[in-house]
Amino acid sequence: MTKKVLMCGNEVLAESAIMAGCRFYAGYPITPQNEIPAYMSRRMPEVGGVFIQSESEISAINMVFGASLTGARAMTSSSSPGISLKQEGISYLAGCELPAVIVNVMRGGPGLGNIAPSQSDYFQATKGGGHGDYRQIVLAPASLQEIVDVTMLSFDLADRYRMPVMILGDGLLGQMMEPVILSQSALRPCSGQAERTPPSVKKDWILDGCKGRKPRLIRSLLLGNGELERFNERLQKKYDEIKNKEVRCEILHGEDSKIMLVAYGTVSRICRKVVKTLREQGKKVGLVRPVSLWPFPEKELKALAENVEAFLTVEMSCGQMVEDVRLGIECRKPVHFYGRSGGGVPTEEDIVKEIEKIM
Amino acid sequence: MDPIFLKPNSLKDASTHYCAGCGHGIVHRLIAEIVDELDIREKVIGIAPVGCAVLAYDYWNFDVTEAAHGRVPAVATGIKRSRPETIVFGYQGDGDLAAIGTAEIIHAANRGENITIIFINNSVYGMTGGQMAPTTMLKQKTSTTQSGREQKLHGFPLKVCELLSILPGVFYAERVSVHSPQNVLKTKKAIKKAFQNQVDEKGFSIIEVLSQCPTYTGLSSKESTKWVGEEMTKQYPLGVFKE
Repeated sequence: MTKKVLMCGNEVLAESAIMAGCRFYAGYPITPQNEIPAYMSRRMPEVGGVFIQSESEISAINMVFGASLTGARAMTSSSSPGISLKQEGISYLAGCELPAVIVNVMRGGPGLGNIAPSQSDYFQATKGGGHGDYRQIVLAPASLQEIVDVTMLSFDLADRYRMPVMILGDGLLGQMMEPVILSQSALRPCSGQAERTPPSVKKDWILDGCKGRKPRLIRSLLLGNGELERFNERLQKKYDEIKNKEVRCEILHGEDSKIMLVAYGTVSRICRKVVKTLREQGKKVGLVRPVSLWPFPEKELKALAENVEAFLTVEMSCGQMVEDVRLGIECRKPVHFYGRSGGGVPTEEDIVKEIEKIM
Repeated sequence: MDPIFLKPNSLKDASTHYCAGCGHGIVHRLIAEIVDELDIREKVIGIAPVGCAVLAYDYWNFDVTEAAHGRVPAVATGIKRSRPETIVFGYQGDGDLAAIGTAEIIHAANRGENITIIFINNSVYGMTGGQMAPTTMLKQKTSTTQSGREQKLHGFPLKVCELLSILPGVFYAERVSVHSPQNVLKTKKAIKKAFQNQVDEKGFSIIEVLSQCPTYTGLSSKESTKWVGEEMTKQYPLGVFKE
């Protein structure tokens, strides 16, 4: 399919998952991501896959756990309060080294919050919302076209590293419509090494009945003396490899910017416009747009900190990613923050005002 | 001379971690015998719970996965729907199935998933040190009902087979017991039928097994089997609830 189609972000994500070979979806209704289960309920039977509307988000993530351990490419989606319920399951996926894709179309919180777009689950997504020493890869698309690339990449990364991958969107991206070409283009990592792990790659660890082989076991319970520590050290090695290979970010005007905006997802689009406007006025403003939130583009930011005078992190939250920006540049330059939360969306004027305060 | 009794191929050589007199080992073995007899060892996938049977995979010689506490029926659903050609069974205790996992078991049953659930009801939490289970008998002393379970404070013992048998998605529900040799044989027959149902694609089967926990009922092995046979069966009558 190379012709342009007009779809909402949630539907683009669902169709991209099918294109990536996802053949198992389980989910529980919650706004603003309901187009995903609705689309999957129609499409999965057409491609010979499985759709289940589960009794809870907890059940959905555990169904995904079951499907994944048989080798299926499996996905669940939800929005903020529902993602909180999935944290137990995500921790078990990490502990059992099972691939899975989890979509969070973020809405305002805490608690039931509201159904407006938000970016206030950054901490939960990137710092490990569940228990234990684990990580998940977190990818944040900024356009509907990029949802195609990010979704397909998510399944590849989940399989390659045998771990959960979260796609972190928000209500705006999920609900809005844009023309999209439903084919994948390269979403190259900063390291330059782009590997593909197509769905056809044979998995030699799955449970499918022990015909002609020794029985296999999937578990995270490691009671032997030192066993869990050794396992966690091995996980950390895997995470280090991901940090080296899988950072993805876009940098606008890295060569001469004095003020560098840092923003992801929906907010990065507003910042892009701000950069364009201010550049036309001769002001040296740029943008760093992380696509991978974990691994975070620490090296890229640190390199920019040499010449940039100050950073301004803009988020639809009360200040979450800003902490990683400060850590990333090791506090070498001032890092300012501007954010709106609870459904507030920063405007270009707001951001320009903040930049003027710093300049 | 032909051997008349052998270790099932579906059992591994392993020392037991269960307490003396515990019923889990009996049921583990029955499952292994049945898997051999139905010749399904190479397509069976077992799911171990959280609780005393968390290490069930140390004994079974076929594919096994763990599941988070209470989530066995959801994991079973994911496996069976993805690979309908496999034979999927979940093994759950009373805390796992009847407390933290009530939503998962009711909905898997109500969807009529073609899976087999073996539910061990020994009236108490063993792994964590003898706390009240949803199936603890009234007046039964546990570490969290030290003066005995009182209905007013702790509610009633939960009757899982009775509860599930009203759901149209349930094909087969039977309560059995392992407190005597005769009952062990009946248990084997019931579990075998629950596996056969799945092979025949008949739908959801659950076997509730009353089992003895001498350690946390504070009884000797002999007394605890007697208690299951004489006391527990009054609260939890044996028999077929749905077929």
